[in-house]
Amino acid sequence: MSKSSVKKTESQELLPEGWEMVIGLEIHVELATATKLFSPARNSFGSEPNQNVHPVCLGLPGTLPVINEKAIEFAARIGLALNCTVQKCVFARKNYFYPDMPKDYQITQFDEPLNIDGWVDLPVAGTRIRVERAHVEEDTGKTTHVGDSGRIHDAGYSLVDYNRAGVPLVEIVSHPDIRGPEEAKEYVDEVRAMVVAVGASDGKMEEGSLRVDANVSIRPKGSNELRTRCEIKNVNSLRSIGRAITYEAKRHVNLYEAGKEPVQETRHWDEEAGRTRDGRKKEDSDDYRYFADPDLVAVVPSPEWIAELAATQPPLPAQRRTTLVEVGATKESAALVVQRSLDSLVVDAIAAGADAKRVLNHATNNLAIEGAEELSAVDFADLVKMEDDGALTATQAKQVLVEMVADGSTPADIAAKHGFEAMDTGELEATLDEIIANSPQEWERFVSEPDERPKLQGFFVGQVMKATRGQADGKLVNQLLAKKANA
Amino acid sequence: MSKPTATDIAAQVRSGERTAVEVLEEHLAVISAREPEIHAFNVVIETEARARAATIDSQVVAGEDPGPLAGVPVALKDNMCTTGIPTTCSSKILEGWKPPYNGTAVEKLYAAGAVVVGKTNLDEFAMGSSTENSAFGPTLNPLDITCVPGGSSGGSAAAVAAGFAALSFGSDTGGSIRQPAALTGTVGLKPSYGTVSRYGLIAFASSLDQIGPFANTVADAAAGFEAVSGHDPRDSTSIPEQLRPVTPHLSDGVDGMRVGIITELMGEGQLQGFEPEVIAQTRAAADALAAAGAEVAEVSVPSVVYGLTAYYLIAPSEASSNLARYDGVRYGNRVTGVNTAAMNTATRTAGFGAEVKRRIMLGTYALSAGYYDAFYGKAQRVRTLIINDFARAYEDFDVLLSPTSPCVAFPFGAKSDPMTMYLNDTCTIPSNLSGQPAISVPFGTGDRGLPVGVQILAPMLGEVELFKVAAVLEGANQ
Repeated sequence: MSKSSVKKTESQELLPEGWEMVIGLEIHVELATATKLFSPARNSFGSEPNQNVHPVCLGLPGTLPVINEKAIEFAARIGLALNCTVQKCVFARKNYFYPDMPKDYQITQFDEPLNIDGWVDLPVAGTRIRVERAHVEEDTGKTTHVGDSGRIHDAGYSLVDYNRAGVPLVEIVSHPDIRGPEEAKEYVDEVRAMVVAVGASDGKMEEGSLRVDANVSIRPKGSNELRTRCEIKNVNSLRSIGRAITYEAKRHVNLYEAGKEPVQETRHWDEEAGRTRDGRKKEDSDDYRYFADPDLVAVVPSPEWIAELAATQPPLPAQRRTTLVEVGATKESAALVVQRSLDSLVVDAIAAGADAKRVLNHATNNLAIEGAEELSAVDFADLVKMEDDGALTATQAKQVLVEMVADGSTPADIAAKHGFEAMDTGELEATLDEIIANSPQEWERFVSEPDERPKLQGFFVGQVMKATRGQADGKLVNQLLAKKANA
Repeated sequence: MSKPTATDIAAQVRSGERTAVEVLEEHLAVISAREPEIHAFNVVIETEARARAATIDSQVVAGEDPGPLAGVPVALKDNMCTTGIPTTCSSKILEGWKPPYNGTAVEKLYAAGAVVVGKTNLDEFAMGSSTENSAFGPTLNPLDITCVPGGSSGGSAAAVAAGFAALSFGSDTGGSIRQPAALTGTVGLKPSYGTVSRYGLIAFASSLDQIGPFANTVADAAAGFEAVSGHDPRDSTSIPEQLRPVTPHLSDGVDGMRVGIITELMGEGQLQGFEPEVIAQTRAAADALAAAGAEVAEVSVPSVVYGLTAYYLIAPSEASSNLARYDGVRYGNRVTGVNTAAMNTATRTAGFGAEVKRRIMLGTYALSAGYYDAFYGKAQRVRTLIINDFARAYEDFDVLLSPTSPCVAFPFGAKSDPMTMYLNDTCTIPSNLSGQPAISVPFGTGDRGLPVGVQILAPMLGEVELFKVAAVLEGANQ
């Protein structure tokens, strides 16, 4: 399971000799339920402030929480996807004061979380990242600080929107098994793909339905110790995760090498400045006074219910990658295609009779475009067949594909619209012969001076392309040239 | 002064013999005459009550069913949420706050045809045993205005005792229905935990709070319990079981019933400070039950002596969390500050009274890191011991008996030391900790001629048995 010892590790590449990054990630996943975790208010992104609220999620006096069973199902599916043990869980109150938390306590899970002891196997890095727990909790509202910087320090006042307060979250906590920014990004991507695959979340980092906090520390390479870590918040994209981790690890190296130590604290990632900043110093250390919430009863998933979920679990990324490898994809292209959610398109196109190799080639190289998932598998298969039959060149096929994704028309229609038809070999040869006849000196040199062939080849191919208005198959032209020259 | 019973009023209004409006005006007149002295209410809602009474009367005229409590004037403790009507918990921090929703028990009462006449005074946030902790001034005991009516539901007890309402409702977390019932000579029930929805009851201690009725008769209390009880999907601690109707069994009697007098609560052992007449009347009640055919004996429930200690760790702990939401951000009164934390502090400092602050600090401490196991954790284990001891007692007995309160109504200011005040709950707390039902019934008088309350306890969902015994004691108390 470990990486090849020939290649340098990320730590080796990014940090001075002898240091190793130790990274754990906390991923908060917003669940795509219709209503909130404990209240009947709507769970929906993008509404006007304070529209999706109800006395319960506003924590009005006298209100009580009632569990949303769909949220538990989604959370258990995430746990199963992460190879966790799904167990009896108890909701606890995490007590602290903040205006975005209507009850001034958050209902979460502490001693007894729903999911424990899982792992994620990373397809490219080849490592296994252990998952400590994945528990259920309610989200907070959102505050907007109105001032110059938009941060609390210079705000004149703050506004609070409770639309998000009470939305169900699953918090996935990894062990500090991650050793570099690329590995971290791959882990997040894989987890995101999983939660989307099981239908639990839409996993959109840009909308906040998937949020990542990074716990970063370093240690001397080869040691097992866990040194002081800092929690980095406000990493809102995969790119930020990578940049923030790298910056923070280096910051720790600089501190240690200057004879100092990092302070255990929460830091804020500043994307524009490309650095972390220290956050608010909390004077009292975080004593949340956790206790089991007396307004709720324990959730006890039965073995039968868990088995039913496991039996009806949608295919996960790992399984989907395996399916592609079985139809001829390399590990790398399988990972890429699944990451783009194009695997079912590929499988369906092959099932419709298209050549697997061509299909995979297109999916890997030509379909990194928006809307590709919506492509009709039947149309895709038809395109590949046209290419196979020689009715379209590779270049033409690519162009047709792009247009198919853009406007949904069939390959036949697009080919006809452009007047694409691969030229037949006889016609092509005739055109080539005409050009040879009209360029006797160039031909003379092509035949007799092998050193000059590459340059002259370009000349002849260019002439053929001009004469055929780009419809010739470049490869075929080269074959014909070679044939004639050696005749 | 005659105090018409809820049972009679409902029958008369339903039959058309009296109108709800007439009944209401009669009660409003009593309120008008004596409320300025007693201060049972935080607010009297004449306009709303008149409108509702008129509606009830229209329904009767139209031949529609106006409900089992049709036209009954009802008072609600001011920690029960009522749409558009101020609900303050007798605290400055919620002064003027109007909930946008009705609690479930309130909805059920409206559906039953009750006419709510007002919201009653309480110890602030239900923390107290005398109603002296109200931020809006105390309630006086209608039987002796130099004395407290008990607490925390003192206003609801006084309202029924004074004839302002035929039925009232309070909440009982450590005895806050039963003790004021005992001190005002009324009947007060703490139902089994989970039988009356807490949705809409402003929380004090979530694992202990229950809404229950006050009445002048056992039959009325039974009707009140039946009106508000039942499963509520909006309360996750609401039990799903169908409840046995109580009223059909009121006259069943106690022949053959095994009644256990709780040894530890009869003033002789570790727990001292019981007034002699209180003990005497409790024994007299036991004798009355024996005379009615019950088998009476003493029984030991050893852990009840630890009830007070466990309660004063568990309840404040839960309260410290439940009262965190009063932070000046969203509702209630706000005192501004330079930043949010300062605003929170200023708001809560100004808005909460001394007893509330005391319990929040106690609870915060008991839950804090390093102390959780020694305090909250341990108190919960003591709670289990109490539950186990009750279970053993109920193997040999059907119901248990004790005084409700160690003393009769005491003068204002007599128990200014918090610890002395807390001892009022000695007999009532154990059944809050176990979740089991208990009722206080007046039986005889004590010091200064003031009423004594006797407590009957039963296993979970044993309200039928409670009321059978209560009915016999009521009969014997004439």
